[in-house]
Amino acid sequence: METINYQNFRIEAENICVDYNGKVALYDANLRLKPGQICGLVGMNGAGKTTFFNALTGFVNISKGKIRINGESVRSAQKDQTIAYVPQNEGIDSQFPISVWDVVMMGRYGSMNIFRCPRESDVQAVKDAIERVDLTDHISTPIGNLSGGQRKRTFLARAIAQRASILLLDEPFAGVDIRTEKLISELFIQFKNEGKTILLSTHDMIHVREFCDLVLLINKTVVAYGETSEVFTPENITTTFGGISPDFLFGPES
Amino acid sequence: MELCFFLTLDSFITDPLTHEFMRKALLMSSLVAAVCGFLSSYLTLKGWALMGDAVSHSVMPGVVVAYALGLPFSLGAFIFGVGSVALIGFIKQKSRVKEDTVIGLVFTGFFALGIVLVSKIKSNIDLHSILFGSPLGISLSDVKQTIFICLLVVILLSIFRKDLMLYCFDPRHAKTVGINVFFLHYLLLTCLSLAAVVGLQSVGIILVVAMLITPGATAYLLTDKFDNMTVISVLSAIISSLIGIYVSFWFDLETGGSIVLAQTFIFLFAFLFAPRYGIFKLKKLFAGYK
Repeated sequence: METINYQNFRIEAENICVDYNGKVALYDANLRLKPGQICGLVGMNGAGKTTFFNALTGFVNISKGKIRINGESVRSAQKDQTIAYVPQNEGIDSQFPISVWDVVMMGRYGSMNIFRCPRESDVQAVKDAIERVDLTDHISTPIGNLSGGQRKRTFLARAIAQRASILLLDEPFAGVDIRTEKLISELFIQFKNEGKTILLSTHDMIHVREFCDLVLLINKTVVAYGETSEVFTPENITTTFGGISPDFLFGPES
Repeated sequence: MELCFFLTLDSFITDPLTHEFMRKALLMSSLVAAVCGFLSSYLTLKGWALMGDAVSHSVMPGVVVAYALGLPFSLGAFIFGVGSVALIGFIKQKSRVKEDTVIGLVFTGFFALGIVLVSKIKSNIDLHSILFGSPLGISLSDVKQTIFICLLVVILLSIFRKDLMLYCFDPRHAKTVGINVFFLHYLLLTCLSLAAVVGLQSVGIILVVAMLITPGATAYLLTDKFDNMTVISVLSAIISSLIGIYVSFWFDLETGGSIVLAQTFIFLFAFLFAPRYGIFKLKKLFAGYK
């Protein structure tokens, strides 16, 4: 019975807990996402958003609970290149001597041989991905010379080149220009139509209402989870942000 | 006048080559410098300068114990090098002391242990040559061992060149696409320990960290491409070790110190005049005249 259920979900996290040397970062968190769903991950700094991502990618081990990716373990999801992680701009060394092409090619590493020699298909995948994020003119530009938005698009291209069916995006709209924001939102619609599943963390409440079918409010554990229209209420947001009213957070319009 | 200058320059270069020990020193030091230079680009990008310092100092007791037991000194050095890093990781995880403090106290502890052991074990270990290197007095068995270790490190780094670059750049992505980050971490540490072992013959334990970070730092100022960075790093390391040995021969200076000083001067040159990242930005100066 259970196995049939797993087939329907891209991501299934059941009662997961993560602690760092005894310090609890996340507990009893649950999440179920289907193909084509976009889910917003909302919470304060230190509420466990990045920890949640890390648990899903296998970058940290969970101490309790169960994670299934396409019905299989995180380990086999890694092997199958199922999940792509798009880091926050602050999370990467922008002075690293590496070009746009090299970064996007890293999306193909997992499926290459041990020497990471690009095949014809890898080269094509990288070219296509760079084209989709509109960076063809910057193909050999060092990432240090890119704007914040261009750098964000480079990492999106890496996720595209990886051909992952699940995308985890850490603050995709933070510090990007309007052009990039527009391009990212167009890509989201395309990803949705391709049946990809997207989990994105954001501080911007307007983006949640605009893109996210579902929203997961967390503060060390799940505060609320469900359809954005039902769950993304001022009461829930206030609880998530430790008693601060949404009026104060995003102005009276929200 | 000009002819005279060239004659002296010629003998400046060829005279030392008539000595067997100088030929050996030049060859071995260049090889060691090349290996350390190769590794250097990874260490500087990963931010492991302090780690390099720690490992290179921590190999000291390993070298002494291995000598005393008649084992290859690289084996002892390797065990203590990796052991120190494991200990640093353990103490960091189990206590509230900050990482740089832990690194500092662990490697000085190991180093002190080495010095104490040398004074206790009365053998033919020459403390001076361990501390300051002795590229001119390298023995045949050391030569074989050094060549073997250098080849091993070069082969490992070449095979995992791209994976290590990814590991330094974005370990989270590496993990996400199923690349064994744990393995890469210890591979880099292993190479670091091995490079420290061969490096200490050239410049000694105290200065070996310079071989592991200065060429990489120089190259980092000169290029925006990772592959070029590796090449520049290796070349600058080789050139400095050649300059260092020649200078030490002609002016009767400590060889290890001369090699490192040559590296430092090349770094300073890059720091001042690198086309894009130097203080005076040569490129801009030239562009101004066009």
